[in-house]
Amino acid sequence: MSFAWATPYEPKSDLSRWFDDRLPLPRLVHGAIGGGYPVPRNLNYAWNFGVLAGIFLTIQIVTGIVLAMHYFASADGAFNSVEHIMRDVNGGWMLRYAHANGASFFFIVVYIHIFRGLFYGSYKAPRELIWMLGLVIYLLMMATAFMGYVLPWGQMSYWGAQVITGFFSAIPLVGDPIRIWLLGGFVPDQAALTRFFSLHYLMPFVIAGVVILHIWSLHIPGSSNPTGVDVKTEKDTLPFHPFYTAKDGWFVGMFLTLYCAVLFFAPNALGHPDNYIPANPLSTPAHIVPEWYFLPFYAILKAFTVDFIVPAKLWGVVAMFASILLLFFLSWLDRSPVRSGHYRPVFKRFYWLLVADVFVLGWAGGSAATPMVVAISQIATAYYFAHFLIILPLISKFERPLPLPSSITASVLHGEQEESAPYGLAKSAPAAAE
Amino acid sequence: MIRKIGPIVGLGFVLVLLLSLYSGLSAYFQAPPEATAEEGFHLYPKELHLASNGPLGHFDRQQLQRGFQVYKEVCAACHGLTLVSFRDLAALGYEEPEIKAIANQWATEVPSVNPDTGEAATRKAVPSDRFPSPYANETAARAANNNAYPPDLSLITKAREDGSAYTHSLLTGYANPDTYRNKDGKALPASSKPAQGLYFNPYFANLNIAMPPPIVADGQVTYADGTAPTVEQMSTDVSAFLTWTAEPKLENRHRWGLTVLIFLIFATILGYLSYRNIWAAAKRKVAPIGPLDPANMARREDAKDEAGIVG
Amino acid sequence: MATLEEPQVANGADDGVRRRDFINIAAVSFAGVGAAAVVLPLVNQMSPSADVLALASTEIDISKIAPGQAIKTSWRKQPVFVRNLLPAEIAAAKKVPLSELRDPQSLAERTKAGKENWLITLGVCTHLGCVPLGTGEGENRGEYGGYFCPCHGSHYDTAARIRKGPAPTNLLVPEYAFTSDTVVTIG
Repeated sequence: MSFAWATPYEPKSDLSRWFDDRLPLPRLVHGAIGGGYPVPRNLNYAWNFGVLAGIFLTIQIVTGIVLAMHYFASADGAFNSVEHIMRDVNGGWMLRYAHANGASFFFIVVYIHIFRGLFYGSYKAPRELIWMLGLVIYLLMMATAFMGYVLPWGQMSYWGAQVITGFFSAIPLVGDPIRIWLLGGFVPDQAALTRFFSLHYLMPFVIAGVVILHIWSLHIPGSSNPTGVDVKTEKDTLPFHPFYTAKDGWFVGMFLTLYCAVLFFAPNALGHPDNYIPANPLSTPAHIVPEWYFLPFYAILKAFTVDFIVPAKLWGVVAMFASILLLFFLSWLDRSPVRSGHYRPVFKRFYWLLVADVFVLGWAGGSAATPMVVAISQIATAYYFAHFLIILPLISKFERPLPLPSSITASVLHGEQEESAPYGLAKSAPAAAE
Repeated sequence: MIRKIGPIVGLGFVLVLLLSLYSGLSAYFQAPPEATAEEGFHLYPKELHLASNGPLGHFDRQQLQRGFQVYKEVCAACHGLTLVSFRDLAALGYEEPEIKAIANQWATEVPSVNPDTGEAATRKAVPSDRFPSPYANETAARAANNNAYPPDLSLITKAREDGSAYTHSLLTGYANPDTYRNKDGKALPASSKPAQGLYFNPYFANLNIAMPPPIVADGQVTYADGTAPTVEQMSTDVSAFLTWTAEPKLENRHRWGLTVLIFLIFATILGYLSYRNIWAAAKRKVAPIGPLDPANMARREDAKDEAGIVG
Repeated sequence: MATLEEPQVANGADDGVRRRDFINIAAVSFAGVGAAAVVLPLVNQMSPSADVLALASTEIDISKIAPGQAIKTSWRKQPVFVRNLLPAEIAAAKKVPLSELRDPQSLAERTKAGKENWLITLGVCTHLGCVPLGTGEGENRGEYGGYFCPCHGSHYDTAARIRKGPAPTNLLVPEYAFTSDTVVTIG
């Protein structure tokens, strides 16, 4: 699907015509990322992070496959095999650091991508399914990252696996049997390690499949834009190639520079020293913490300290899962017909409060559970749930949005007609939605 | 329907959280927790200046050799280095015959099998072997050390926060628990004094460590290159050596990093210029503030309100 | 379709297009070079790692090998034959004119000076890699009294040189040295 003025595919050579007649791949590419895909002309850099996420998925798959050629999934040998990679395999240190830091950067990019969606209302009609597929990708990423972190079989690998599989025992009645079934034993051991390796290898390809669905469903309505106003005419768009291939290209270069700076000069900054200690089931680390990208959820988990009808532990687990699952309903919780936060001043303030709140949750998740930290995480968790479940529905019902521009072109180009018209007589009457 | 259930679920969570908050706060104010001895007396590592610090860090091979000598003569009796192979010592500047001799003369032998009887035996190490552990297994290690396990040192500087500085501070940080005063001048409370078999060291997380001070006096090791073997020097050297054992590819990593960064920065600049070139053809320069910008729209609405204009 | 205004270029338009495109070509080429460079470590990591390359020098105690006997041992995970040649076997090997050999090599070239009774070769047939017979007591030593490969019928003589059968070259003599009269270090 595309807009009516999209340039149709013209084979440039006999070979491409021959190929396209037999397998319409060239025209598919042309219509998806080539000159035949019109994109709003006013996209800002917040729109670059989708492509960046795809790039980091590719980096993770490629480095992961080559690491798997040397990794050995045995409880006795896994830690040593990772050190073998770091010391003896040609360029192994670079591949290992690339994969470990690639996971962090994949999450950084995806978080920015998600928060772009939250601000600009990308989850609203007709893009609800794109949003939900994106959440499925995020959940799969979390599962993949968790299992991947277990593989080196360090102290944090082992105890993180203990804690996370321990969630399941919070479920009444069937919880512990489920936990034992998951682990293939009573604690994380050989059985858990080999199955995590198998699933960790599989998941990224499942993610890739869902990413294809995610992009396909995006290309039906086309990209949204910072004003949230729909594309109306040809003037509102530019072909993806060469405009956005160029813009994506240089920004990817800049981001890879950042990635390589961390990889080569601070490769352990985002990790935890305890994972350089081989796993010891008889010795618990002083502070068990997950990787940074899970810290806000860890804070939500630890915030519930009081039994109320059900045990506090179960509240924590339910709240942790609920914090992501409620995002699936966002398109229906937030019913404002105005998409972009630029035209919703009240929403905008609460959005930035949410951003600050998530950072506070992350800080709290990584800190030791002193009474002050726990109190702060309780307030922050309360705000998080209130924001999505109470505040957003109320705002979308009662706020007065700013008038929207009549079209993308009008907003970008400030057409001469609008500029020269006398006050109040401008042809583009402020329209809340069209 | 979602907009009816959502707020109810939200209020549910908020309610339980407020309950937890209330219960936590009242417990806190009724019985405020006291500062533990660790908080008052634990010290963070002193700064250590090694050649390997910083993004352009490299190894001082002379220092690494001295550090290896300290490890061999002071630490190797109890602490393994099992992730390092003898052949890796070539990176320190040793020649092949020297490495063969080091391996051959190493105090602990490598486990092997008697070719005639098939019984477990040991043999002298060769360069392709890893450094053999001084103990057969963890149980033997604990039995020989008052139930404390001397950790393998191969990764110790990466397995501790600020590991290189921590190692140096720990080695030089032993103090007399009776005369020690913290920065506020307080004496160590009796409950924190070391039990039998433990030694007071404020750099250690629990303040009392099972390892007796390993480097006690100047001149404990005689350096081959003639450097004065003060306690400070020996500790710094072995910390530098252990930084190498944890990250032997550090110099390689820094060198490649510089190359890759320079290439990428250049490629990004080219990419940016190309982007500007392509977009120059599409008029998208937006005036800083135009009448249709949201900020101006908001001001227009306010002005209309003030003037009482409707619509 | 992309521009809203015609580019205002009076003359030298062609020139301008070419100059403007150069930066695009440069940027894409740099990206291409970068992509190609990334492939190198990915391919290189499959090469043998440092611990594999650190060849275990196998030391072999030859004091127990009587004249006429041979042992099968291992080096770099491959079989190695160490044989103590009898004077009759040495003489037989020296009698063969080099022109008759598929892979001409004299016994002297395949042994160490002063120790020509010690024949140390890989136990890997140069045809398709089977382990030839002949080291053990009573094993078939082929028509030339050396080694015999049962897979496709290659016959090696007393100096382990190929004489009959499909193998193209003699059994490989690895790098070795006598570290003492009773110990040989291979590799």
